[in-house]
Parts: sequence; C-alpha cells; structure tokens
Amino acid sequence: MKKLLFLFYFSLFNFVIYSQLPNINLKDVNGNNKNLSKLSNNGNPIIISFWATWCKPCKAELNTIAEEYDDWVDETGVKLIAISIDDARSSSRVEPYINVQGWDYMVLLDPNGDCKRAMNVNNVPHTFLINGSGKIVWDHNNYSIGDEDELYEELVKISK
Amino acid sequence: MKLRLVILLTLLIFFIVNINGQDLKSPGVISGNIQTIGQYYQEDSIINAALPEHLYGFNGFANINYQKGDFRAGIRYESYLNTLEGYPTSFSGTGIGYRYLSWKSDNVGITIGNFYDQFGSGMIFRAYEERQLGIDNSLDGIRLTFQPVNGLFLKGMVGKQRHVFMDGLVNGNGIIRAFDSELNLNELLDSSNSWKFKATIGGSFVSKFNTDNNTSFFDLPKNVGASSIRLNLRYNKIRFSGEYVHKINDPYPDNQDSRFNYIYKNGEGVLLNLGYSTKGFAVDFSAKHMDNMLWRSTNVNVGPTDLLIGYLPALTKQHTYNLAATLYPYATNFYGEIAYQLDVLYKIPKKSFLGGKYGTSIALNFATAHVPERNFIEDMESTRTSYTSSVFSRSDSILFQDFNVEIKRKINKKLNISLNYFNFIFNDDAVKVANYYKMIYAQIAVMDLTYKINRHHSLRFETQAMWTNEDKGDWLFGQIEYTFSPHWYIAILDQYNSGNEDLKKRVHYGLISAGYINGSHRFSFQYGKQRAGVFCVGGVCRAVPASNGLTFSFTSSF
Repeated sequence: MKKLLFLFYFSLFNFVIYSQLPNINLKDVNGNNKNLSKLSNNGNPIIISFWATWCKPCKAELNTIAEEYDDWVDETGVKLIAISIDDARSSSRVEPYINVQGWDYMVLLDPNGDCKRAMNVNNVPHTFLINGSGKIVWDHNNYSIGDEDELYEELVKISK
Repeated sequence: MKLRLVILLTLLIFFIVNINGQDLKSPGVISGNIQTIGQYYQEDSIINAALPEHLYGFNGFANINYQKGDFRAGIRYESYLNTLEGYPTSFSGTGIGYRYLSWKSDNVGITIGNFYDQFGSGMIFRAYEERQLGIDNSLDGIRLTFQPVNGLFLKGMVGKQRHVFMDGLVNGNGIIRAFDSELNLNELLDSSNSWKFKATIGGSFVSKFNTDNNTSFFDLPKNVGASSIRLNLRYNKIRFSGEYVHKINDPYPDNQDSRFNYIYKNGEGVLLNLGYSTKGFAVDFSAKHMDNMLWRSTNVNVGPTDLLIGYLPALTKQHTYNLAATLYPYATNFYGEIAYQLDVLYKIPKKSFLGGKYGTSIALNFATAHVPERNFIEDMESTRTSYTSSVFSRSDSILFQDFNVEIKRKINKKLNISLNYFNFIFNDDAVKVANYYKMIYAQIAVMDLTYKINRHHSLRFETQAMWTNEDKGDWLFGQIEYTFSPHWYIAILDQYNSGNEDLKKRVHYGLISAGYINGSHRFSFQYGKQRAGVFCVGGVCRAVPASNGLTFSFTSSF
C-alpha cells in the first residue's frame, strides 16, 4: 500500500499531454493493450467509429469506407480506429468478422462501454473526426448511404 | 476504515496539487450527452394496449463530464416522469443517478463514487449499464487500479450496487468486494512482443456481504465468495480462450420450482472459445457449461435483472431483423444450461463466377442450449444441495436451438441485397417468454434490398415472413425506408399476424417513423402500433407491452 501511495504521489508531477481522447485502456483483437489518449497518427487526422457486430448501419458504414480507405490514406494520411461495443456475448464475433471483411482499420474492443461513456456516445454508429492535435472537429450519430461523402469532405478540409 | 481515510486524504491532497500544479492555461473540458424519450399513449383494446392514467411517459438522461488532464468527474441526471410503459416501474422521479471523481496516471488509477467494470467475460463480476433495458448495477464505492510492471494489471474495488431509482440513486444493502489481476505475457516480456504466440492469464475473487433475509427456516451465509481463472492464447490465426468460475453455496428463494428453492449447492461456469480466421474465411466454436450461477447481492426476491453481480452471456447470435429479434429471442437460463455455438463466415472472392463483381458474404450460425443432466437427491431435509451434475453433461431437454444463414451481395454500384433464413426451436415451457408454455418451432425468411438513387438519396425495402403452427401463428412484415443523407429519414412499416387462429387478432401493426440528424444531434418521432414483444440487448431481455401512440426521442452530445 505504501508503495502504491508513493507511486501515486510521484505520478502527480508527470507532465500531461492535452488530448480530447480519454485516458482509457482498450484491448485490440489480438489482446494487446492500447491507451486511447496515447494513440497518435504523426499529426495526421484520425477517424474514430463506434460500431458493433449486431449493428447493420455500422457495418454498412465501415464496409463502404473500406472500399475507399486506401485512397483516403494516400490523400490525407488518415487512420481509422473502429471501436466495437460488443459485450462478452458477441465480442468473440469481432475478429472473425473484420478478418473476413478484410478491414485495414485498427479495431479496439470496448466490451463494458467505458470508452463509449467517456466519449458521450448514446448509440451506434457514432463517428468522430479528430484533427492532428487531438481535437474532435466533426462527429455524426447515424449512418445512411452518402454520409461517407460528407466525412470525406470534412477530412480533406482538415488535412490541407 | 483506516485505509479509506488514507485514500480520501490522498485524494484531497492530490486535488490541491493537481489544480495548482498542472497546465494552468487549460481550464479543462466539459462534455456531455443527453437522451430523452417521450410517449403519448392511446388505448387500443384489440392489441391489448392499456392507457395509463398519466397519459404521457417520459425518460430523460443527461451526462455531464469534466476532464482536466488526468482528472475526470461527472454526473448523470435522470428523469422518469412518468416512467415509460414497459420500463421497470422501480425507476421513478427525477434526480442524480450517477456521480464520480476519477484520476488516472500511467500506472495508477482511482475512482470514487459510481463506476462500471467487468472481469473477464463478466460471469464473475460485471457492473454495467444497458439503458434501453433499464439495467444499471453500477458500483458505488472506491476502485483502485494499479499497473506495477508492464503487462500486469491489478484492480481492487469495494462498493454497493445501484438497485433502483427514486428521485435519485438507491443502492442495495449488500456490499461487494472484488479483486482482479491480469497478466499479458507478451507485454511483460518486452522481447516477445513480436512473437506469433500470445498469452494472457487472469484471475479474480469476488465476495459479497449481505444480511437481507426473508426466511426464518434457513440460515443463509452472510458472506459468499466466487473465484475465477481465465486464459487467452493465440498462435498466428488461431485463438483460444477459456474461463472457469466457481461460486460457493448461495441460496435464493424460488417460488416456481421447489427443487431450486434455497438450495446450498455450489455454482459453476465454464466458457470456452476456439477460433480460426483469415482474410475471407473464419470458423469459430464456443461452448458453455453453466450451473446454479445466479449471483446477486441480495438473497431475497427482486426483479429479474436487479442487483446481479455476474453476467451470464447467451451463446446465440443477436438478431436484428424484427421478427427474429423480438418474438422468440433467447436469454441464458439462470438455473443452468449447456450451450454450443458454431459460426462459419466465408467471403466468395470478387470477380469470381459465384462471387460476382464485388464478392458475396455468407454467414452460417448454429446454436443450441440444453438443460444440464441433473440427478436429484432427496436431501432437502438435510444438506439441501438438491442435485448433482457434472461439467458438460447435458440432458435431452432442449431449451433453444437456432440455425441461421445470411447471404449478402453487392449487385452493382447502386443495389445491395441481403437474404436471411432462420430456424428456431424454442422451449417456452422452460423459457416462459412467449407465454405459450410449450415447444415452438418457427422459420423466418428475410429479404433486405438497399438501392442508392444518387449521391444523397437511397431507398431500403425489407420483407420478412415467419411460419409456425404454434403460439400466435404466422407473421408478415414489410418496411420501406427513404433516406436523404446526411439529415433526413422516413420509414413506414407494417407487421401482420396473418396466421393467428383467432381471426380478430389478425391485426396490422402499422408504424410511421421519421427523423432528422445534424452531427451528433438526432431527433425522431414515430406514430403507430407496437406489438407486445421481447426487447433484448446483449442477451438480456425485457418484455415490452403492446402500445399505440406517439413517441418522440432526442439524443445529442456536446
């Protein structure tokens, strides 16, 4: 306990990097731990999309973007992080699904909704566009066909 | 007590240091979200929709979070004025239902107030929120997390569970003490990070203290402990995960079946998953043995989803098409079950004869759940363990079976098609969801077409049909949806109970729904009839009564 308190006092003086992304540990599908607030894309934009294997519009959105993703990366340097809110019942479906679809995204698991709560997500799909300095510049809660064009326009705007 | 005092003092000092010592230029960030649902009810005797005396229902939730550096704080304001029909009636009034302060550095974290958490799959402990079902068993207390070395995660917490809401948070009486540890071998041994072999092991211990007791006949244990171990292994494209939970005797009242009334049998749960997946192909197998794993922080009768400590995942696919999702959905049987599930996913490559220009996705899913083989022993006058059972030994008595296939194909740039077939066996004598109390055999077919008219406009058609000789007979469903990206949608749908034996009950349930979305703000309304059904999220279900009327909803985040 003493050690713990010592560490605690010590860490008070650590320098804090400002980011709008929450300081939360999430696992990727390989079981590696990733801290969302520490993920960077070398000053390039990041798209964060909350989804679930049982959510049809979410999968439609991410499958549609997947068709154009290579072009988006070439043009803007963007990185897409797909955060699955599947819980213990369906989280084992995430890896098979993304592998079969062949997504090139970073996929993180949020099985108890911690990240969803921290980012004020009420329901999925909810997609955020984050600029190179970690600030949320655009978000959209819903997906209908054609919404990916709006996201792309916003993405091009901030990567100039 | 002394420890708690030290921690509180520490936090106090920390706040002072933190506020003075950190980045003064940044005042911190306030963010939040809001969700409101309002309903106006109309009486409809044909579909059994009752008119509540308050005519209107309203549920509202607003979260406000404050973040400054590593410090976070937040509250949730909740209003149930009056509670929506079908929502737990134990939620009433208006007030604060959740509040917390937390601080997290690289390797130490502290939360005081309400928090949510989960150990492993959640069988041993899961504090979570499923707002649509009225489930919220957040812990109210203190949590510490500590990462002494890379790859090792320790968590300890103590608190009371949120039970109901009456003009504010009302906790249950029981106290929960929980500890979890997890070791990621590859992160511990930095050099092995690039290995194809990956391993994570974990272990938990959870104990409850509870003196709620409605019986003078039995001596109930006041402290009940459960422990679990879990393992995740992966080699290249193959992965395995396993979890075992053991809970000591924890008797609950059971008014429906005396063989389970206040029994002193230990509980047991095993969850196994083995999978292989690569680009274009995946196969996944899961197995579950669960016996006597009901685990609440009270030993008196409460609502079915109240004060649950553990989460018992159902090994079935969560369906989204209306008839498949809401007529005969499956939730884990609290007494116990042996369940298996197999999934096969295959994507026929694009530009092949069968795959077409864009490829075709096929998903097969097969799931079964059976009652465990139980040998009842006549010991209700002595030890009261009631029966013996062994791991993965199942009886002939089926609880549920689901076979389903989904085929999806993009025909051309404008047209997407999805075909689905479902075959259900549903033992309503055991599950008691449909109020039919016999076996139900049902088949469902679905066709879902999406047509992109141009860059902003699209149309969706959905038709479903269900065939069954049991319960309410056959159903038909149709939906047309028009969306205008990125702001508008309108949908008209109808469900028709075409096969009901009672001709008066061959009713159309028509509904119109429209919405406006602007960024993270979303406003929608719907008008029409909704049939009584079962609403499920994550394998937990709630029966929703029939209703007729107008619903408004608004969600927003900022």
